[in-house]
Amino acid sequence: MADAPNSYRTGPDERGHFGPYGGRYVSETLMPLLLDLEKEYAKAKEDPAFLTELAELNRVYIGRPSPLYYAERLTEHLGGAKIYFKREELNHTGAHKINHAIGQVLLAKRMGKTRVIAETGAGQHGVATATVAARFGLECTVFMGAVDIERQKPNVFRMKLLGAEVQPVTSGSATLKDAMNEALRNWVTNVHDTFYIIGTVAGPHPYPMMVRDFQSIIGRETREQIMEAEGRLPNRLVACVGGGSNAMGLFHPFLDEPEIVMDAVEAAGHGVDTDQHAASISGGTPGVLHGNRTYLLQTPDGQIAEAHSISAGLDYPGIGPEHVWLHEAGRVNYVSATDDEALAAFRLTAELEGIIPALESSHAIAHIIRIAPDLPKDHVIVLNLSGRGDKDIFTVAKALGAEID
Amino acid sequence: MTRLTDRFAALKAENRAALIPFIVAGDPDHATTFDILKGLPEAGADIIELGMPFSDPSADGPAIEKAAGRALKAGASMVRTLDLVRDFRKGDTTTPIVLMGYFNPIMAYGIDAFVKDAVNAGADGLIIVDLPPEEDAELREPATAAGLSVIRLATPTSTDARLATILDGASGFVYYVSVAGVTGQKSAASTDIAAAVARIRAQSDLPVAVGFGIRTPEQAAEVATHADAAVVGSAIVSRIEAGLDENGKPADGLVREVLGFVSGLKAGVARGRKP
Repeated sequence: MADAPNSYRTGPDERGHFGPYGGRYVSETLMPLLLDLEKEYAKAKEDPAFLTELAELNRVYIGRPSPLYYAERLTEHLGGAKIYFKREELNHTGAHKINHAIGQVLLAKRMGKTRVIAETGAGQHGVATATVAARFGLECTVFMGAVDIERQKPNVFRMKLLGAEVQPVTSGSATLKDAMNEALRNWVTNVHDTFYIIGTVAGPHPYPMMVRDFQSIIGRETREQIMEAEGRLPNRLVACVGGGSNAMGLFHPFLDEPEIVMDAVEAAGHGVDTDQHAASISGGTPGVLHGNRTYLLQTPDGQIAEAHSISAGLDYPGIGPEHVWLHEAGRVNYVSATDDEALAAFRLTAELEGIIPALESSHAIAHIIRIAPDLPKDHVIVLNLSGRGDKDIFTVAKALGAEID
Repeated sequence: MTRLTDRFAALKAENRAALIPFIVAGDPDHATTFDILKGLPEAGADIIELGMPFSDPSADGPAIEKAAGRALKAGASMVRTLDLVRDFRKGDTTTPIVLMGYFNPIMAYGIDAFVKDAVNAGADGLIIVDLPPEEDAELREPATAAGLSVIRLATPTSTDARLATILDGASGFVYYVSVAGVTGQKSAASTDIAAAVARIRAQSDLPVAVGFGIRTPEQAAEVATHADAAVVGSAIVSRIEAGLDENGKPADGLVREVLGFVSGLKAGVARGRKP
């Protein structure tokens, strides 16, 4: 085995690479803007006025810090490890996506852009973007696959109420990857006035770094809160991964604590041994898509495959490049949970804790259900409850054969 | 000397601009692409751009995206694309072919294997739209060593400083993307094109080709007055789409129609250089 680096928290390098992954694989038209954004972000990070405004919005607009909650009945039910939920689902708009949307809209404003665009899968990032666009009076267009529009109707209506234009995308599989293609097309066409608010730790540099930094507030708060609750750091962190923003946000501040185990849970759909899953690390190979080099679900000829997951937010054939780097370095474990396991976790959490988790987060809970019973009672797990499941009730009802229209 | 430099030198000697038509390999099927390819030089193509289909062409507009979809559905692959080049070379040893596409299918094929097989098939250059100068060394270095030109792109967003980065390492020609956008949408104003070409020429001796938004013989003529080459893609690909029957199969006359359109563009390019 290769020697472990001195720190897992120093990436990316100056060219935006995490080892061989990441980078800026975009058309030349976008390069000057990406270079500008990189410079502007570097300045903003050091600007007390920017940081103060961000901190204040986090507090009074998002409602941070989000609580760390001891899931007592789930812990008792599973009979092993002690389980805490980091309650990102209590944020304004109901998920962690608002954390990076606020950060990026402040950058858009700083750069004098008058319009923001976003891609969305489950609609959580679209809602977060529409929300911050409304808050700052910017024009907003959200690109969303036609298939996702159908399975996430409440969020589509929410975005429209917030004044955003929701642009249906019918090309390809009409899901998140196609929405991202269309957002890139729109961006390159309107590069003079438009800021692209990317919804995960993927895309061209500096996005994976920037989104990670804005999301890292999850892990920083968790560190303080668990010290207060337990007087020590947790033994294990668990989060779901599609693109990987909520997992990166929880993990990053802890990466250099070698004793802490980190499990990232991919969506196994009908199973990673089928062709119906969204597990890019468990079932993908290296490639380049959407501005970054990463692992992708693809054919041997390099054509991108369609992902499948019951949760629209994980239904993406790629993953953020820093995750791939952490996987190859062996720092984070990448495991998976199927649609059925996520559904069971969704129901169990509702029944035992009175919390309806997002189907995305339910994948992480499913993993805990598998491992917690065999872990000692003093093994402390923090799970990132990245979103609430109200948006998913139609999907779940359909899967359970219930009628709720 | 390479086929590309020979061709541009000959055009320059005759005070002609080049017409560079673009089609997607395997659109709507392998045999039809080959028939079009074979006919292109006589119809007026000075250089041919052959698209390597990709499932997620995020720099292209709907016309080329659909063309790539048709090709993939009909069984196109990198191996089949290189077959087309190899078969074309059996009948034409002088018309340069530039392969255009995205990096992922090349990575999947293997960079070294791709470079070797592309050269052996008879390709002359590469335009990889999602490999900006910051990322292209791993392909550009083996490609140029093997005699494949790696064509860099300049755009309306390229400042003089950025142009210097783009031109450092460019070979074959410079492709000026005349509008900020995707293929087949807006068209640039003639005066903007003239200014941009002049800016590139101030920094480079390479020929300058202009593409994006050129759909008519008149627009091709305008571009030919300023630049060394006019690239036409979406307008040709749309002619292929229009020539399909209700089952998506090529209707009679599709190849003739497409080549006729190319001849019209060629006449436009020729008019652009009349004194």
